[in-house]
Amino acid sequence: MRLRKFGSGLISVLALAASIGMAHAKSDIIVAMQLEPPHLDPTSAAAGAIDSVLYSNVFEGLTRFGPDGSVNPGLAESWTISEDGKTYTFNLRPGVMFHDGTEMTAEDVKFSLERARADDSANAQKALFAGIENVEVVDPQTVKVTLSAPNGSFLFNMAWGDAVIVAPESIENIKSNPVGTGAFKFSNWVQGDRIELEKNADYWGEPTKLDKATFKFISDPTAAFAAVMAEDVNAFVGFPAPENLPQFEADPRFQVLVGSTEGETILSTNNKLPPLDNLNVRKAIAHAIDRQAIIDGAMFGYGTPIGTHFAPHNPDYVDLTANSKYDPELSKKLLTEAGHPDGFTTTLKLPPPSYARRGGEIIAAQLRAVGIETEITNLEWAQWLEQVFKGKDYGLTIVSHTEPMDIGIYARPDYYFQYDSPEFQKLFTDLTAENDPEKRSELLKKAQEMISNDYVNGYLFQLAFPTVANAKIKGLWENQPTQATDLTGVYWED
Amino acid sequence: MSLFLYSRTLLPGAFLTLLFAGAALLSLVWVPYDPTVLDIANKIKSPSWAHPFGTDQFGRDILSMIMVGARTSIAVALVAVGIGMLVGVPLGLAAAARKGGLLDEVIMRMNDLVFAFPSLLIAVMITAVFGASALNAIIAIGIFNIPVFARLTRGTALSLWSRDYIMAARVAGKGPARISLEHILPNVANLLIVQGTIQFSLGILAEAGLSYVGLGAQPPTASWGRMLADSQTMISFAPHLALFPGLAILLTVLGLNLLGDGLRDILDPKLRRVRA
Repeated sequence: MRLRKFGSGLISVLALAASIGMAHAKSDIIVAMQLEPPHLDPTSAAAGAIDSVLYSNVFEGLTRFGPDGSVNPGLAESWTISEDGKTYTFNLRPGVMFHDGTEMTAEDVKFSLERARADDSANAQKALFAGIENVEVVDPQTVKVTLSAPNGSFLFNMAWGDAVIVAPESIENIKSNPVGTGAFKFSNWVQGDRIELEKNADYWGEPTKLDKATFKFISDPTAAFAAVMAEDVNAFVGFPAPENLPQFEADPRFQVLVGSTEGETILSTNNKLPPLDNLNVRKAIAHAIDRQAIIDGAMFGYGTPIGTHFAPHNPDYVDLTANSKYDPELSKKLLTEAGHPDGFTTTLKLPPPSYARRGGEIIAAQLRAVGIETEITNLEWAQWLEQVFKGKDYGLTIVSHTEPMDIGIYARPDYYFQYDSPEFQKLFTDLTAENDPEKRSELLKKAQEMISNDYVNGYLFQLAFPTVANAKIKGLWENQPTQATDLTGVYWED
Repeated sequence: MSLFLYSRTLLPGAFLTLLFAGAALLSLVWVPYDPTVLDIANKIKSPSWAHPFGTDQFGRDILSMIMVGARTSIAVALVAVGIGMLVGVPLGLAAAARKGGLLDEVIMRMNDLVFAFPSLLIAVMITAVFGASALNAIIAIGIFNIPVFARLTRGTALSLWSRDYIMAARVAGKGPARISLEHILPNVANLLIVQGTIQFSLGILAEAGLSYVGLGAQPPTASWGRMLADSQTMISFAPHLALFPGLAILLTVLGLNLLGDGLRDILDPKLRRVRA
C-alpha cells in the first residue's frame, strides 16, 4: 500500500516534470553532419562543409536557392535585366544589417563581387564571376552589374554559397568569426566538435523559430548511428551509413528523408594517363561497370543510375545510361581492340565516404572480371585533395561532385580528370553566352551527350541525401539543390 | 602424448592453433567460394548450409574470407616475429657477450628507444610514411618485436655467461661469438620459442588492429581486422558479420597464448624440475 502510494506520487512528479517540458516547443536544435569546415569563409574555399553550416543561415547572397533548387530573391528584392542581357540592376532590400551592426548597402555588394573576381581572389568558383565587367553603385540600395557577354545563368550563379555578400568591416577575421546578414549569427566554434549559431534578433526577414542551433561534427559512421539512436543529436544531415536507414524508418521516434542531390558520383578517370587516354579503354571500363550492383552493394539501394554528368531531376537531363550499359563481353572486345587483350593494371584511389570505399571494392571486382587489375589505396580527404585533385597522380578514383550544374568542369582541361576537348570547350562557351531557354536546353543536352560519348569518366549514380531527424522536427530541406542545411524555416512541432 | 599430461593448456592451445593454421593452409588450395568475387544479390545472408557463416555486405562467403584472412594474419605475424627474432636474438647475444661495453650500451639504448614508443604508434608512423599495405604492416610489427627478443636473449644469456661450463669453454680458447652460438643460443632457445608464441599472438592482434583502422592489408585481400571494421555499422541488424571474424581473432590469440603457456610448462627447466 505504501509502495503504491509512493509509486503514484512518483508518477505525478514525473508527469509534472514532463508537462513543464512540454509547455513550450523546443527552440534549440542540434544538427549533426560528417565533415567539419576547415574555416568559416564560404567565399575562399572549395570545402562544401562551410556552406553546409553557413549557407542561408549566416550568409546570404543577392539571390538564394529554394529547397527545390529554384532561384529566389535574396538580399536583392528585385532586379531588372537590360534588353541586351548584359546589365543587371539589383534593388537591394532596405534596412538589412550585418551581425556586427553595420548596414548592408550597395557598397558591400560591390566589395564582395570585386573581391571574388579579383586576380588574387581565393574564391573556389571564380568562373561564376568571370563574366562580370563592371560593378557600379547607383545609390545605397541599387547596384548595377555589367557583364561582358549575356549570361543566362548569372542569377543562378549569384545564388551560390561562393557568391554571398560580405562586408569590408568584418572581412579580416571572417575565417574564424563570420559576419553575415542571415537569420542566425555565429556565436561559437569548438574546433573538432561543434559550431553554435544563435538567432539574429535584427533579421530583415521572417525571424527564425529556433533560438539556438548547434552543428555537431561526427565523422565515424558507427558513432553517427549511436548518436542518433541515443538522441544525442536531433538530426543528422547526410547520414553516412545507408545500411542503417531501414532501422530508423522502423523507429517511430525518427523520420528519414531521402532527398536528391546535385552529387553525380563518378569513377573519375585520368584522361591523360596511358592507357586511360585511349577512348576504347575508357569505353571498356564503362561497359564493365554494373551500376545497379554498385547502388545495391555500396548504397543499399539509395541512388539513381546516371549515364552522364547531370542530375536526373533536372528537366534538361538526358538518360544516357544505355550508352554505357553493363556488358563485360563488349568490354573485353574493346580492350582487345585497344591493344590490351590481357587487360592492364592501374591505381584506384578512394576517399573516405562509404560510396567510394565500398563502391571501389565493387568496381575493382567488376574490372577484374574483364581483366583490369586495380591497386586500391584508401586516402583521407586531405591526402586525396593533395594527390588526386591537385597532383593528378592517379588512374581512377571515385568521388561525388556535389556542386549544382557543374558540367562546366569538363571545359577546364587542367581539371583533375584532364579532359581536353576543344569541341566541348566551344560548346560550353556558346552555352554560357546563350540566353534563350530553349537553345540553352538544347546545348545542355548536347554537352551531356558529348561527355558520355567520349567516356570521360565512368558515370555511376546520383548520390542520395539521407537525413535522419527527430519525428517532431519540421521544415528541414529534403533535397540538396546546393550544399546547405537551411535552418531558417525549421521548427519543433508541439 | 605424455607431453600433454604435463600441461593442461597445451592440448587446447595446440588444437586451436592447428585449427587456424590448417584453415590457412587449406585456403591455399581450396576455399568454398572465391572471396574476391562479389555477389551483390546475395548480400548479408544469415548462416545457412550453403554459407555456414553467412555472407557479407557484398555477398562474399564469410567462411572463405575467414580462411583467407587466417592466411593473411598468420603470414603477417609469422614474418614479423621472424624479423624480430632474426634481428633481436643476435643483438641480444652480442650485447650479453660485451656486457658493460660500448656495444652493449648502444644496442640496449637503441632497444629502449624503440620500446619507449607505443608499438601501434610505430606501425601507424611507418604506414603513414610508406603507405598502407600488408608488407608495411609486417615491417612495422617486426620492428617492435626486435627489442622484445633482444632483451630476453640478453637477460638470459647474461646469467649463462657466469656458468662454469662457459668458463670451461673460454679456457678452452673459444671466442665470444662461438660461445654465444654453440653454448648460449641452445640454452636460450626454449625461452625464445615460448616468447615467440606469445609474440605471434600479439602480432595477429596487431595485424587485426592495423587493418581495422585501414593500415593493414588492402582490399581485395581478406583480413579479419578489416572485416570487423566493415561490418561495424551493421552489427545491429547483421551481427554475424562481426561475430565470426571477431571469434576467429579471439580463438587464434587464445589458442596461441595457451600453447605458449603449455610450451613453457614443458620447456622451462625450472618448472620441469618441480614436476619431477
